[in-house]
Parts: sequence; C-alpha cells; structure tokens
Amino acid sequence: MIINYVGVKEINGSLVVMDGVKGVSNEEIVDIRLDNGTTRQGRVVQIDGERIVVQVFEGTRGISLKNTRTRLTGHPMEMPLSPEIMGRVLDGAGRPIDGLGEIFPVKKENINGTPINPVSRVYPRNYINTGISSIDTLMTLIRGQKLPIFSGSGMSHNDLAVQIVRQAKISGADNNNFGVVFAAMGVQKDVAEYFRKSFEESGVLSRVVMLLNLSNDPIIERTLTPRCALTIAEYLAFELDMHILVIMTDMTSYAEALREFSSSKGEIPGRKGYPGYLYSDLASLYERAGMVKGRSGSVTQIPILTMPNDDITHPIPDLTGYITEGQIVLDRALQGQGLYPPVNVLPSLSRLMKDGIGEGYTRADHQPLANQLFASYAKVIDARALASVIGEEELSPIDKKYIEFGRLFEERFINQGFTENRSIEQSLDLGWELLSTLPRAELDRVDDAVLDAYYKG
Amino acid sequence: MNNNVIFGINGPVVTVRDTDSFEMMEMVHVGEQSLVGEVIGITDRLTTIQVYEETTGLRPGDPVTGTGAPMNVLLGPGIIDNIFDGIERPLKAIEEHSGAFISRGAKVTSLDIEKRWNVTMKVKVGDRLEGGQIYATLPETPIIEHRVMLHPALSGEVVEVKPDGEYTIFDTVAVLKDDAGKTHELTLCQQWPIRTSRPVKERLAPSVPLITGQRIMDTLFPIAKGGTAAIPGGFGTGKTMNQHQLAKWCDADIIIYVGCGERGNEMSQVLSEFGELIDPKSNRPMTDRTVLIANTSNMPVAAREASIYTGITLAEYYRDMGYHVAMMADSTSRWAEALREISGRLEEMPAEEGFPAYLPSRLAEFYERGGRADVLSGGEGSVTLIGAVSPQGSDFSEPVTQNTKRFTRVFWALDKALAYARHYPAINWIDSYSEYFNDLDPWFKENLGEDFVEYRNRIGALLQEESSLMEIVKLIGADVLPDDQKLVIETARVIRVGFLQQNAFHAEDTYVPLEKQKLMMKVILHLHSKAKEVVAREIPISKLIEQGMFDKLTKMKYDIPNDRLDMFDDYIREIDEKLGVFLQ
Repeated sequence: MIINYVGVKEINGSLVVMDGVKGVSNEEIVDIRLDNGTTRQGRVVQIDGERIVVQVFEGTRGISLKNTRTRLTGHPMEMPLSPEIMGRVLDGAGRPIDGLGEIFPVKKENINGTPINPVSRVYPRNYINTGISSIDTLMTLIRGQKLPIFSGSGMSHNDLAVQIVRQAKISGADNNNFGVVFAAMGVQKDVAEYFRKSFEESGVLSRVVMLLNLSNDPIIERTLTPRCALTIAEYLAFELDMHILVIMTDMTSYAEALREFSSSKGEIPGRKGYPGYLYSDLASLYERAGMVKGRSGSVTQIPILTMPNDDITHPIPDLTGYITEGQIVLDRALQGQGLYPPVNVLPSLSRLMKDGIGEGYTRADHQPLANQLFASYAKVIDARALASVIGEEELSPIDKKYIEFGRLFEERFINQGFTENRSIEQSLDLGWELLSTLPRAELDRVDDAVLDAYYKG
Repeated sequence: MNNNVIFGINGPVVTVRDTDSFEMMEMVHVGEQSLVGEVIGITDRLTTIQVYEETTGLRPGDPVTGTGAPMNVLLGPGIIDNIFDGIERPLKAIEEHSGAFISRGAKVTSLDIEKRWNVTMKVKVGDRLEGGQIYATLPETPIIEHRVMLHPALSGEVVEVKPDGEYTIFDTVAVLKDDAGKTHELTLCQQWPIRTSRPVKERLAPSVPLITGQRIMDTLFPIAKGGTAAIPGGFGTGKTMNQHQLAKWCDADIIIYVGCGERGNEMSQVLSEFGELIDPKSNRPMTDRTVLIANTSNMPVAAREASIYTGITLAEYYRDMGYHVAMMADSTSRWAEALREISGRLEEMPAEEGFPAYLPSRLAEFYERGGRADVLSGGEGSVTLIGAVSPQGSDFSEPVTQNTKRFTRVFWALDKALAYARHYPAINWIDSYSEYFNDLDPWFKENLGEDFVEYRNRIGALLQEESSLMEIVKLIGADVLPDDQKLVIETARVIRVGFLQQNAFHAEDTYVPLEKQKLMMKVILHLHSKAKEVVAREIPISKLIEQGMFDKLTKMKYDIPNDRLDMFDDYIREIDEKLGVFLQ
C-alpha cells in the first residue's frame, strides 16, 4: 500500500518539514507531487519520531503548506547504470536530458557509494602522460590519483583540463577502455558547451558521460551531481574495467551549495560559515578515486576549483589540499605574462609521483631533475625579491644567472602551446638544458653521477 | 528484556526515547544490521547514540540493544602485523567478508580466534599473581614475544595450569582463584575499555631519547622515549612523510600507526612499503613490529573519533609487557574535526571555530597517556606519542595547533616555504622547539661525549645568527655584509643543505646513526672555526669558498657511508691543509 502524505508542516529554504510520517528510513528518497501536476524529488535528512525533514532537490518554490502529496519510495537515492550510459548527457541528478530516452538499468547503485577498504586498494604507480612539461616533469599525474587544479575566476583552467583529456595517454589503455565522466556544477552554459565541443573535436565525445548542473539549476541538485558522476565512474571502472578520468568543475560551487543547505537546516557553522563536516563531505567524494585489487580499471579525478579571491588558505582549497594527493596551482601573474598553462610550480605537488616515475616508468634522472628544478626555481624567487629592492643591476653574478634561468624556465618550460604535446623525454631534456645555464656547483640536489650524464654547461 | 527502538536520526547520531536502560559510554548495537554505536548523552527523555557506521536506511522503530559494557577492544596475540579500522575490526577479514568495498554491520572478531599459538606457561600452581603480571608467553611474530598478562583488576592464586602447547586466544590456559574465593579462567586475551588508560606501577622521567636517525630531530629537537611531539604543517609540507620516516627508523620496539581521517592511497602505500622494508636491527620486515589502524577520511566519522583511543590502548597494552612503543597519529586535526562534527550534531554550544569547548581537555587526556613507566609486569616500557596536526590554512594560531602545543613537549613546525623549495624535512629550525634538553642531555653526554651537546648548541646558535642576518640580506643583498658575517651565512648554508636537509629516498641518507650526526657537526664546525681564523686575517671569503670545502661538506652526507666514519678524519685533514695555506 502506498500512502500519500498531504501537505507539509514548515518550509525553510530547500527544506520542508513533515509530520505524522511512519516507516520512513534515513536518507530515503521521496516523490513530491504538486497540485499543478509537476513532481519533485526530495531526500530525508533528519528524523525525529514521526517528524521528518526533507531536502527538496528542485527547490521549494511554489510549495505551500497544503498543495503537495508526498510518497515514500522506500529506497535511498540510486543511480541507474548500464554500459549504454557512455556518450549520454544527464542533468545534475543523473536524469537524461539529451532526448535519447531513459537509461535501462542493468543495475542500480546508491549514489553515496561505500568506502573502499584500505587493504583492497592497489597503490597507484602508473603515470599518465599529459604531454604538458610542467605537469609531467614536476607534478606527474598517476592513474588512480586525485589531483585538483586550483585556479581562480578568469584563468585558463578549462583549457588545461581539455588539453589533459585530449593528450592524456594511459599506458595499456586504448579507445575501448578509456572514458571520461564530466561533472559540471554551477558552471555557465557556455563553459559546459566549450567542454562538449572540445570533446567532440578531439573525438572522445562518444566516450564521455556529461552531467550538467548549470549555474541556474537548483542548488540542492548540485550536491548530488558529483555523487552521481562518481557512481557512474566506479561502475565503469570497477565493473567494466575501464580507465575513467573524472573531471569535476567547479568544486567551489559545490561547497557553496553545501553551505546553503547546511545553514537552512540550522546547523552550527564551522569556518567561514561552511558546515563542520565539509572535510568529511569532500573526502567522501575525493576518496572515491583509486584502484582496487582484482579489477583492472581505475578512477582518476581532476577536480577543478576556483579559489575565492585567489586565496589558497580559503577553506575549500585548504581542505581539498588535505585530502587530494597534491595539487596543480595556477597563478594569475603568470597568466598575466601571457604564459600558458600558468602553472605555479612551487606550491604545486603530486604526492604519488615519487613511486610512479624513474627507472622503468619514465627515466632514472626524473626525480633528481624535478628536485633540482624546484630548488633552483625557489632561488629565482628569492633573487627576484632581492632585485625588486636593490635593482637587478646590483645583484651578484650568481643571482643574475638565476634571474636569467627563471626567465627561460617560465618562457620555455612552463609555457607551451595549447596544442603542443611534448613527450616525457622532450620535457626532461629541456629541463636539463635549462639547468645547464646555471653553474654546476649550484646544482646541489643531484648526485655527481647524474650530473656527469646530463649536465651540459 | 528491553525493547528500545530508534526515535530520531541525524547523520551519525541516533536518539532513543524514554529509556533508562543505557549507561553513559556504553557500546550498543543499532538497527537490524547491528551497527556498532556508543551512548554519548542521556537525559530522562532522550538517549543519544553515535553510530560508527553509515546510518542510511535506518528507520525509527528499529531495535537498539545495549551490551552492558563500554567501548572495548580485544587485547591478545594477533594484533601485530594486522590492519584495523577505528574500532579494531580487522580490515583483511572485512575484505574477505564483503569484498573491496566496506559494507555495514560486518560481523568479524578483532583477532583471529582459530589461530593456534605456541604458548609457554610462566606460572605454576600455587603461585600468587597480581594484576598485570605475566603468566604465559608466546612468539607473536619472529621478533616480538607476546607476554600474556593478568587483567589489572584481578589478583589471586593460581590453582590450575595447562601444560605448554598450542592454544587459541579463547582457550583457558590457567585458572585463578581470587581473594574472595571466586575462580577466573585465564585465556590468552582480555578486554579493555578504550577511553580508560591502563595502570602502571610508577611513572619515570623521560631521560632516554627516542633515536630516529633523522638529523634535525635527533640533534636540534630531540624527543624522549615516552615523550610527546606534535608535527604541525599545512598540506604538502610533509607531515605524513615525516611520520613514515619516524615509523620506519625510530628505535621503538613496536610501532602503532594510526591513519586517522587521511588518504586511502597513503594507507595502501604504508601497507606495501612496510611489508617490503627490512628493519635494519632485526633483519625482518617492518610489519613484524607494526600495527596499522586505518580509518580513512571517507570512513564513518564516529569511528575516526574512536581510532585514536583504540590506537593508544593497543600501545599501552604492549607497553605493559615491557616494550617501548611509538604511536604515530596522522592526523589529530581530523580527530578534532570528528569531535566538532559530532558536537555539532548534538547542538552543543561551540567554542572557537566551531570546535567544542572540551577540545583542550580531550587533547590533554590523550597526550597524558604517553610516558615512560615501570610497568606492572616488572621492567620498563614507554609510549611515545607523535601527533600530526593539519592546521587550517597553515595558520598555527588555530585551536587544534594551539591546544596541542600546550600538551606536547616537542614541536616540529613544518614550513611551507621550505617545502616549496623542496627542503626536506621541512622542519623550521627557528619555530620548532624541544623541552627535553634538560632531561636528555645527561644521556647524550654519557653516550656520545660532552662535545655532542656543545656541537648542537653551536649549530643552533649559528642558525639563529643566520636568521637575523638574513633579515638584512633580504633588504640590501649579501654583498654589503662584512666577511665574518658572510662566513656565518656560508656555514649556515652548509648546515642547512648538508646537515638539516635529509633525503628520505637516498639509501645512505634516509637513516643516519647518531655517531655520524655528531661527526658531521664536528666537521662543519671545524671548517667554520678555521675559516674564521682565515677571515680574521682579512683574506676575502671568496678565496676561501674557491677552495671547495664548503661545497664538499654539503655533499658529505652522500659521500661518507654510514659505516665509514673514519673518513671524517680525512675531511678534517683536508680542511687543515687547504685552509692552512692562508694561515702561514
């Protein structure tokens, strides 16, 4: 027997409170039918006896205390899954919007997923060649990693993400088992269209699942978008053995949606009004990257977030950095100099890189080269700081060499074309070529044996 | 019996109405799947329970049953070389039970109950046993002897002893008659509530250092066995890397590594690395002396809160056997956030940054469980606590860092600027401190000679001097400094690059014995004193640097193998020769 509950008790933001509800389970999905015939969905977020709080995904506009009939569905939020999902375009809650009809599910999965058992994880070691010197050499992307791009409004993070998708070569992956899940959260229509067109041009569109929650779509739906996307990714990776790259943009909009939901629920806020569980919530998304024993697929995540006011200490980039395995930080000053991609290498980092590079993966000199480039570029920054005080002319000869090295490093190494695809050997050789402009004694992070082989100064 | 049912659900917090059958901190089972929970609040109307597993799908009306006991862990052989979640459920067994993804309500016992251990009895009929005394031993791993102790609350006379042989953890190996005449069957294991510290005979002063083989930690900021340390640092500064290095190389007998709300891939790295790594002291894999507790950031938050206590209880248990235990907690900030999250669900009044007002007292309770002690089983044991702190926005003034500072005595402050320059370990030598100098200096003097302490003080002073000189250099450049100050900067560079920087991936450099650390300091200081004499004769420092000794010393950590300490004499001789030229 299906009971319809008529009306609600209270409406607050996207939440409605209902009374006298029996047999409801936590996190259950409810269907809400309005008197005008439209239907909405909601999720039970709190239960006190027969009084329940429901979060309405499409928002509460038009709902009055009397005009609804609510039905319990008896199950939590589930995502229909099937191999046919490849190439489809879905809305933020995982419903098709491309006019190609419903997805006939082979199975349904709870969108919250379950945590991967740490002992079942395979430690990621295979590197992904992105063809971008700064990333491949200094913050190598590893299959199964979560490596976010920290950017700001107006910077070229979207171009970079597109270039990575287009050029990413995963050893052992071919067109049949490589796929992209793209989750747009609160992005503008143009941006979503830009991604769609770029995927089309690079010929991967049939291997992309797009979930679009645009900036004018309901906020609560936005909190579901990454969960639906990752449920699809896990299905493709761990059941169909595909290598899935998940691009989620923009995590800042997601976190803001979470804040809005939390405050309308009356929760005690943590830092900057974000809920105290922001860390756990973000972790429940990011930790769904990885590889597991016995399956050959992988989930690699590239979340993109725009740092409010370019502030890396803002809670969203801060907590993200604590969960993800490194970060790629874009810099407005480099962008201003016309450099692309404007990767600021010093705060950027890939934590999994050390075990996925070197002999047998890239080249034996990769790690020492990367260490030395980081260290030398850090000295460039010091020399520039000094030059801004006493003038470049007054610098010591060695500091002048560093200034010159810094200029070359930015213009030739970091800077590369949007369509330029450099092999790892090209990138490493270029690194040594630039280091060779410095005196050999300055290269203190490298063993003599390696210097003998590669230093050409 | 009771028929308590769920009334309300809010995230991991569940309430039961109108009952008086629960105790505070009692462990309960919630719902049809018997999810594990703990009572955290009682009023006459509502009992509040935090559930250690995902609460999706629970309904009002589902049963809640008490266990009559607080949150316990099972202590016995089989703990070492195992990996548990935050409430001591073995993850390998869960994997067998539910595959690669953790499902709820997994019914697994903490320890292997079928494995037979080779037990040697240490008591005979008629012996008197006090709480905490050993009545049997067994080899738990090839290097760790497990000493089975009487529960600290019991004492009495042994009335029956089984012969030596193979037993499982629940087999009775002896029978004890207590003073009231009641008999107790003694097995190989015991239960202990995780939030209660285990008793010791007497606390001892922290007068022996924990040797880590990490130069900056051993010399400039040493920690004692039984000491407490905090490693705060923003993301990417190497907290986890430092914790791994400590776990691999410190000279504790047993390592308890708690991954508290951290990354899953990191835990799988620890698993694979520690399994391959051979402990230099015993020539056995590291896992033979390591216990891992992994409650990654996406696992239930309430179990994250418990994981720290589970870890420390296991640590105390091995301390009571007379072992030196080091526990790494990575990261205590995640634990504090779990407290905040649950406190928020309970609608408690928040203090600073939303953290509950009892945060400092919880931190104090935790760190106070560290220490060196005479244990009840006779002999000496210690628990060293090393907690990583992840300050929000790398801001050390936030509440978790500040309160941790109050209760720990070593502060290894990680510095973003050093990490950006890939100076590892990125421990800032100006902001860090150790309060153990007074306790430990007698040990250093006795074991490494008076000069060790003197060298360390001189190195520290040079670094301080450089730091103030750098203020000037930043404004006007190094060229205008007089030569004696330039020399300080040059020597400090050698100290920074050649001594403080340590390469965890370099076979020789990843662990450096104390004797070599001392000789490295000696050579650097020898060069500095000689160079000072040269500079005093108004010979330009550039001439000195051309001799190449400064550069040579920055590479001596790689050039001198750990077992060729005689090579340091050659270095001293070379310095004397090359600089002697200027002094004739």
